[in-house]
Amino acid sequence: MENDDINLIVNATNTNAATGGNALDEGRVGTNGLQTKGIHVWFGKHHVLEDISLDFPANSVTGLIGPSGCGKSTFLRVLNRMHEFIPGAAMAGEVFLDGEEIYGPKVDVTAMRLKVGMVFQKPNPFPSMTIAENVLAGLKLANIKVQDKDSLLEECLTRAGLWKEVKDRLKLSGSSLSGGQQQRLCIARALAVKPKVLLMDEPCSALDPASTLKVEETIVQLSADMTIVVVTHNMQQAARVSDFCAFFLSDGGPGQVVEADRTAVIFSSPSDQRTADYVQGRFG
Amino acid sequence: MSNASTSSILQEVQPRKPWVNRSQSVREMVKPTLIAGIIAIAIVLFTGLAGPLGFYFSFVLAFIVVSFIDGMRHDKVKAIDKVMTTLVTAGFATAFIPWASILFTVFQRGASAIYFGYFTHDMSYTSADDELGMGGLSHALVGSLLILLMASIIAIPFGIVTALYITEVKGKLSGLVRVIVQSMSGVPSIVAGLFVYAVVVSRYSFSGVAGAIALSILMLPTVARTSEEVLKLVPDDLRSSAYALGASQMATTFRIVLPTARSGLITASMLGLARVAGETAPLILTAYYSAVYSLKVTGQPLASLPMYIFQNFSTGTDTALTRAWGGAAVLLSFIFILFIIARIAGRGSRK
Repeated sequence: MENDDINLIVNATNTNAATGGNALDEGRVGTNGLQTKGIHVWFGKHHVLEDISLDFPANSVTGLIGPSGCGKSTFLRVLNRMHEFIPGAAMAGEVFLDGEEIYGPKVDVTAMRLKVGMVFQKPNPFPSMTIAENVLAGLKLANIKVQDKDSLLEECLTRAGLWKEVKDRLKLSGSSLSGGQQQRLCIARALAVKPKVLLMDEPCSALDPASTLKVEETIVQLSADMTIVVVTHNMQQAARVSDFCAFFLSDGGPGQVVEADRTAVIFSSPSDQRTADYVQGRFG
Repeated sequence: MSNASTSSILQEVQPRKPWVNRSQSVREMVKPTLIAGIIAIAIVLFTGLAGPLGFYFSFVLAFIVVSFIDGMRHDKVKAIDKVMTTLVTAGFATAFIPWASILFTVFQRGASAIYFGYFTHDMSYTSADDELGMGGLSHALVGSLLILLMASIIAIPFGIVTALYITEVKGKLSGLVRVIVQSMSGVPSIVAGLFVYAVVVSRYSFSGVAGAIALSILMLPTVARTSEEVLKLVPDDLRSSAYALGASQMATTFRIVLPTARSGLITASMLGLARVAGETAPLILTAYYSAVYSLKVTGQPLASLPMYIFQNFSTGTDTALTRAWGGAAVLLSFIFILFIIARIAGRGSRK
């Protein structure tokens, strides 16, 4: 298969012009977001991702879909250099955040990760901290001084859709919350350091439908001023929350992007037959 | 139908535990216990097995047989289940005997040595074979506290840092360090004492500091190994989240990993402390013994509880031996209190 086929690049400016712009696209022109060029990933000798070039426009939600084991989560971790903690991992290609290469030699990795927040599959609040301390943990960890901690705390919890539920028990341990609340606490925690990009690795896979709905609402609200990349196995979820979709697939070899486009296009008139089969639930 | 539901609404519903039937399980236990008891008494009376231990041994054997026969009235599975339950319980009871026996003996024999002044006097005007009710072990208690405190100050930070190197830094030498720490835990305590004697005592003098160094050598591997296991239990997810929040490795380790493992690390430290609190051999060669209450940890010998016991035991007269037992009782209580403190401190981390 030729590279040109598999690397349909989603370009915000172009699609915006082509569709004549809609509510979601407002204010997006001219911003940078996140771009990847020719990402390859290896674990030891195992080639797991091949030549992924995607463009995540600023202030949009991009869903990464595809069957298990095709490298979506690995790709997500490449975007904030969490990938390099895995022993034996290697990569090629470039990732640009606001036009800056994050794997460049002069990049301060921890400063970069402040701009690219992450929410994990399993809710994982810090067990040694209270709810309030959890939200503000990023500031403490990165030694950021903030004038008004209380208002930041309220702002983050409100944006994560958790404020009403926890405002009277901020001094309790984060582990005392339910699974869905814990996940929204983790989102609030990621928001407190004001990232430009939020990566979410199957954020709802451990949650019940009601909590899932809340997290999805949160995602849509956050995308107003944040670039969000979300890995999901749930087609409906991808359709509900994302503006753009990239379909990953591995046919035994390394994972590749079969198709990437506006979500509406991916779900209604995909250009590749395999995408059509997958989004309609015929395999995977 | 409607009647039944109204009555259940009218009657207050009480919480019950229908799966617990105490009177039945007691009844089930009484008969085999009585039969096994009778058989055991018969064996003790009519055979060579005699005394409490003989009775215990024959009782356990008889109980196993009786519970097997009792179970066979139902089926083989039930019989085997009963025999296994008996074996496990008997194993626990047998392991419990020496523990209870040591505690009992120590406190019974040591009781007459202990009076209020025991904790406030030293042995500077009293000799080991003077009457009980004179002198005390305040000097040994304080000496032990000082030596253990200094040993902890040395060994706990180094032990935890060693564990951090193995689990968090994962440096190239992690494997080697782990092997060295493991083999260090096999160092005989007298060797540690001899080493400190050669390096410290022979150049300066017997001292509390020398004792603390010897004990810290013995304490370090226990603290390091246990801390390593505790740190491994901290989920990698937490480390990942911290890194994803822009934390450096140092911030992650000190602000996330260590607080999460706090109670486990306290346990690790207390295990290390309990390991060395009763060590005698290295102290003979390092801190030695002094009969005088003193807070000076350098330049002169310093007393400790194990050495107090050893000194009184060496004197060998009746009152001296009772003093030794009294010292043993204090030492045991001392370690017990350490464990309770560790428990409380460890529990504090959960809110």
